[in-house]
Amino acid sequence: MTIDNPNYAYPARSTRRRGINLEKAGWIFMRVSGVVLVVLIFGHLFYNLMWTPGGIQAIDFGFVGGKFADPFWQWYDVIMLWLAIIHGSNGVRTIVNDYVHNKTVRGVLLWAILLAGAVLIVLGTLITFTFDPCPTGASAELLPSFCADL
Amino acid sequence: MRVSTSTSNLADETPKPSKNRIVGTLYRGNEGMWSWVLHRITGIAIYFFLLVHVLDTATVRISPEVYNAIIGAYKNPIMGLGEIALVGAVVLHALNGIRIILVDMFPAVTRVQRQLFWGVVGISLVLIIAFSIRHIPNVFGEH
Repeated sequence: MTIDNPNYAYPARSTRRRGINLEKAGWIFMRVSGVVLVVLIFGHLFYNLMWTPGGIQAIDFGFVGGKFADPFWQWYDVIMLWLAIIHGSNGVRTIVNDYVHNKTVRGVLLWAILLAGAVLIVLGTLITFTFDPCPTGASAELLPSFCADL
Repeated sequence: MRVSTSTSNLADETPKPSKNRIVGTLYRGNEGMWSWVLHRITGIAIYFFLLVHVLDTATVRISPEVYNAIIGAYKNPIMGLGEIALVGAVVLHALNGIRIILVDMFPAVTRVQRQLFWGVVGISLVLIIAFSIRHIPNVFGEH
């Protein structure tokens, strides 16, 4: 005996539906953003922790201020921020969908993932582009060296 | 294993679960399963670090003193070793992600997905060691 029309919400072969397939778009996004992120994050880690003399010990306001004063690094970091947050949020969404069976708990977690991601993207983007590497009143030894020339 | 003495009773032939079987619902897959587990664990770890890392970088907007105090937390030896674990998670997730893309895109690659997984592990180890050689003197060195 075979079941012609099993009463199952998620059949392995979906019937043709109208409109954009968001899950397919997400699947493609994970692959495309993943490849770009490998390049961006490897570059980020190599430049900050291996190329820069002193590595982790050399990271301070002067170092970050010097990077954020350069449009190249501003765009590098903002693109990395957007791709990483969306890629990570979608990945954690998949894991929540896999393991959290309670509808209310799942709903709360998915909204928390969306909210956290949106807040961090807005916060990070605003800070990168409104950042002042030479704030007035700060002691000169904490600032990037070019602040002395202003 | 038991040799059935009856020749006609099909109910007797029903295979019984092996005694040494791991109880529960653990799926004992091979490289494919472990790469999947590793991808999830490293992915979650990187996600939570990312949330913290955006916030700690955001303190550059407060003041140089506050940012330097916050980022100083990354410079003690315990965090320094944690950074090796983080880089290891990133490298494994990145290379295994490329392996997943290759397996999805090229059907022929599915034949060598097992070898590719060990390639991912091998290249990751090389990159983690190369990073550690540069990073450990920075962590423990005077600055």
